[in-house]
Amino acid sequence: MPGAFDFDVIVVGGGHAGCEAATAAARAGVRTALVTHKLATIGEMSCNPAIGGLGKGHLVREIDALDGVMARMADKAGIQFRLLNRSKGPAVWGPRAQIDRKLYREAMQAELQDYPNLTLIEDGVEDLIVEDGRTAGVIGQTGGTYRAGAVVITTGTFLKGIIHRGEERIEAGRIGEKPAIGLSDRLYALELPMGRLKTGTPARLDGSTIDWDRLEKQPADEEPVPFSFMSDRIEVPQIACGITYTNEATHDIIAENLNSSAVYSGAIAGKGPRYCPSIEDKVYRFADKTRHQIFLEPEGLDDDTVYPNGISTSLPIDVQEAFVRTIEGLENVRIIQPGYAIEYDYVDPRALNHGLEVKVLPGLFLAGQINGTTGYEEAGAQGLVAGLNAARHVRGLSAARFDRAEAYIGVLIDDLVTRGVTEPYRMFTSRAEYRLALRSDNADQRLTQRGIELGLVQEKRAAMFHVKHQGLESGRSLLKDLVLTPKQAAGHGWKVNQDGQRRSAWDYLAYPDIGFEHIEAAFPEVSSISVADRAQLAIEATYAGYLERQKADVEALRRDEALEIPADFDFASVGGLSNEARAKLEAVRPSTLGQAARIEGVTPGALVSLLAHVKRRKPQRAAS
Amino acid sequence: MADARDTICALASGPPPAAIAIVRISGPRVREICSAVFEKGVPAPRHAVFGRFLDVSRDTIDEGLGLFMPGPSSYTGEDTAELYLHGGAAVIDHALDTLCAFPETRLAEPGEFTRRAFENGRLDLVEAEGVADLIDAETRAQKSLALDQLDGRLSDQYAAWRVDLVNALALLEVSIDFPDEEDAPDETSDPVREKLESIQASLEQALDDEAIGERIRDGFRIAIVGPPNAGKSSVLNRLARREAAIVSDIPGTTRDIVEVRLKIGGQIAWVADTAGLREASDAIEAEGVRRARERAAAADLRIQLRSADTRPDFHEAESGDLLVLNKTDLSDDVTVPEGGLAISSLSGDGFEALETRLAEIIRAKAGASAAPLITRRRHRVALEQAQFHVKQALDLQARGGGAELVAEDVRLASRQLSALIGEIGVEEILGAVFSSFCIGK
Ligand SMILES: Cc1cc2nc3c(=O)[nH]c(=O)nc-3n(C[C@H](O)[C@H](O)[C@H](O)COP(=O)(O)OP(=O)(O)OC[C@H]3O[C@@H](n4cnc5c(N)ncnc54)[C@H](O)[C@@H]3O)c2cc1C
Ligand SMILES: Nc1nc2c(ncn2[C@@H]2O[C@H](COP(=O)(O)OP(=O)(O)OP(=O)(O)O)[C@@H](O)[C@H]2O)c(=O)[nH]1
Ligand SMILES: [Mg+2]
Repeated sequence: MPGAFDFDVIVVGGGHAGCEAATAAARAGVRTALVTHKLATIGEMSCNPAIGGLGKGHLVREIDALDGVMARMADKAGIQFRLLNRSKGPAVWGPRAQIDRKLYREAMQAELQDYPNLTLIEDGVEDLIVEDGRTAGVIGQTGGTYRAGAVVITTGTFLKGIIHRGEERIEAGRIGEKPAIGLSDRLYALELPMGRLKTGTPARLDGSTIDWDRLEKQPADEEPVPFSFMSDRIEVPQIACGITYTNEATHDIIAENLNSSAVYSGAIAGKGPRYCPSIEDKVYRFADKTRHQIFLEPEGLDDDTVYPNGISTSLPIDVQEAFVRTIEGLENVRIIQPGYAIEYDYVDPRALNHGLEVKVLPGLFLAGQINGTTGYEEAGAQGLVAGLNAARHVRGLSAARFDRAEAYIGVLIDDLVTRGVTEPYRMFTSRAEYRLALRSDNADQRLTQRGIELGLVQEKRAAMFHVKHQGLESGRSLLKDLVLTPKQAAGHGWKVNQDGQRRSAWDYLAYPDIGFEHIEAAFPEVSSISVADRAQLAIEATYAGYLERQKADVEALRRDEALEIPADFDFASVGGLSNEARAKLEAVRPSTLGQAARIEGVTPGALVSLLAHVKRRKPQRAAS
Repeated sequence: MADARDTICALASGPPPAAIAIVRISGPRVREICSAVFEKGVPAPRHAVFGRFLDVSRDTIDEGLGLFMPGPSSYTGEDTAELYLHGGAAVIDHALDTLCAFPETRLAEPGEFTRRAFENGRLDLVEAEGVADLIDAETRAQKSLALDQLDGRLSDQYAAWRVDLVNALALLEVSIDFPDEEDAPDETSDPVREKLESIQASLEQALDDEAIGERIRDGFRIAIVGPPNAGKSSVLNRLARREAAIVSDIPGTTRDIVEVRLKIGGQIAWVADTAGLREASDAIEAEGVRRARERAAAADLRIQLRSADTRPDFHEAESGDLLVLNKTDLSDDVTVPEGGLAISSLSGDGFEALETRLAEIIRAKAGASAAPLITRRRHRVALEQAQFHVKQALDLQARGGGAELVAEDVRLASRQLSALIGEIGVEEILGAVFSSFCIGK
């Protein structure tokens, strides 16, 4: 039968975006294939073997809430768990773990091997099959075809990847792996807007040649907090990282050799991330600093490789060797693998809609570093959304999207498709305007129900979620029912305003110096609330007042999001727009007024014109 | 609603007859119109060219200067042209008729040129308000206030405060988003507090201006208050030089507020006559007295009026009130109240002095503040909100509240300022972070 499909969804690339995309599509119930260069590199961490952090940890929790794989794998492979920002409020706690690279890869490969609805195929994808303007599959290295109703491309840094180190240039996707050329040519042929970005990685060091005894240590948390809502505890042994610093001798060597740095000699056109500067960058831009911190992070329990976090570089090998040996504890260090910078193609994500589908080619989805992001978590989050929507596409369902008030995933995708990128995009908590609501502790409460409705959540998690959800509901309503006058509260020794206002135990929990133990002393009945639920409810209560205040904002956001701009809307027909505003609108083709408002260079005035026009168009449509 | 794609035209100068008239055109068809209407074709950008203006049948409309300003660097951001004509009604009509005969070309609606400028990002909201105010300005003070606003001085002031808030926010965000970084100070609370305190002080100072900007723009409020029959309505009428309020010898004549708009001391002033203050005898009078007190309380200046034929009692006066004794014609033995004046609204005695004194007082009030002044309620409300959030942030910080909560209030404060003039983006905050800290492992 011509046109018959081998699969419903094909995912190209077995990195972090690819693993989430393939498993999400499979969970959504369609026949899925993951086609990747080497099955043995599925789940490989190209760079720093760490998962989580600020904003990133939030993404991991959200992926988990939607039953994705990253969090559970990280819990099986994490060798140094730390909850960042413990001294600040829970909204900005960032779960992070140092990962055993091998354990992670193995866990991921084992998970995917037996995943229902998922087939793993080892092949390099050279081209897409496009029929009648729709995606119909991919073509492998030896010309074999894999036909499918939707394709998700998650090829990371592999598109026309070039490694730079001093004067050296190596065509590669990452060190030791071939780049993808054919696929890149195809994307250019589709006339997608594309550009070059760059990123870098430090040299890997032989841990047995490091003088650990002289170095400061950063231990793991005593009680590691798992990523996944389904993990009770971490069983992997925990290790400490070392801390050392560059010094003036290090900086002198780097400054003398700046011209031979690939990045500084002007050989690289692509833009690198400001928040992940190379050591050359730091020495050049912050010349007044006499030292920079370096974390020495072991890459595995039975692996001597150490990742020196903080000295990413593209200097020639001999210079790298010279400067690392000026660093305390590294005087006799052996470099296992020198650092490098890599430059690669990315697709301007404004070419995608919120479902991560290429606007000009239905059925083609892009996720991960190919969209100009950096980081495993950002890649995984996009992968999940792209995989889900690829599955929905073959079923004829409209794309599922998450909004900015609902999830970091929503912030991530909206930022990408609305604002595009000028440097590799990384998540920060400051990107989320509803940060106090989008916490890592409540990702399941925000998203799992939605995941269940989308058919993304498997039974085991759904059952766990319902139990927890009910526990929280009844705990919350109990706390709200228990009421005290200020006099009574003072009777319990609580410091409260004697304003005559009756308040509930829930309200009192928001007071910084009133905790669950105080509530329990006044109301013994709260002892029925489980320990875990108490912690969660206490956090909720702390922010309740703020969330109440944000309600109006969230409603305004949703109102603007509800003002849809038709897909075929002619932005040129809106009079009185500056050329700049019109060009920006045409590049992004926002689907709602809210999205239009977030495009840079679209002034309030332009929005007024746009709003007037969109509103005027409505009745005409209805009449026709 | 009129289509924003149309080309619009209008008489931009005053009504005919006048020495010259300026007709302005803006929109996509301006070039086409110029090449047809200007005998010498489209002039070089921003060069005035003298020549004849022609109508569709190549008849002469008039001769004069033609000017072409291509978008986007024109007032509206679109292609714009101006025709300098002789200012007679027939000439102007002929010109406008000719222009409106072009396809998709019509007369502009009021304010449409400025609206286009705003929509095209040529003016921000505060500046657009300035244009409107400049056109409406009657007094010189109003004009300079509007100019401050139009040339962006007010926007600049708001923007400067916003930048301060962004910097405070950047400090907070760097401690939140980069907790492990050596260069990201864990204890940012001192510098944040200092920044916030200084913003707080500037906002307070700006807000504590007795609303002078709004007064200059909207007028100072003067209330005449006093017991019934003191002659309040008579004083108002004499100041207004017309019979604005009813005068009678029946105490309790005035019930409602009667207000006249005057120019005093180069400023607009609204002088209000109010009901005489006493135990009211009926419900209507009681309401009048209530309104009188309310109005008196809101006034920028109260004239406390008493009659010389009673025993004048200035007990109810507050400091800053102007004490005035009326009906001096009825008494031989007038003691001028301390710092005040004595007048007779019957004879007009003392009115010159009264008007001089009022002018002095208003001038002093208007000249009190040097910084750009808050001119509108909209601005004041936003600044008050911003100040509220800055204060919340400071309180929270003092109580040891989490950085994320302090940041939330600072963000809300900066949102208020950006609502005044434009947007605040995350990129702006991150930009401040990356330029001042060496971040990144
Ligand atoms: C040198 C370097 C430095 C980095 N530094 C940092 C950093 O400091 N911080 C940070 O957060 N992130 C960093 N990253 C980024 C992080 O590694 C990536 O963002 C993340 O891995 C992207 O995930 P992905 O799924 O998009 O792609 P990848 O993880 O790169 O996976 C791509 C996969 O696609 C496969 N593939 C590619 N092309 C084809 C094809 N044509 N056919 C079949 N299979 C194909 C590849 O074999 C690979 O398995 C760095 C990456 C590199 C390479
Ligand atoms: N002789 C004399 N009579 C005056 C003078 N001013 C006002 N009157 C008279 O005083 C009476 C009351 O004057 P109004 O101006 O109505 O007094 P009012 O203060 O407005 O009184 P209410 O509205 O009742 O509170 C009228 O008969 C006026 O003609 C003045 O300077 N000299
Ligand atoms: Mg009266």
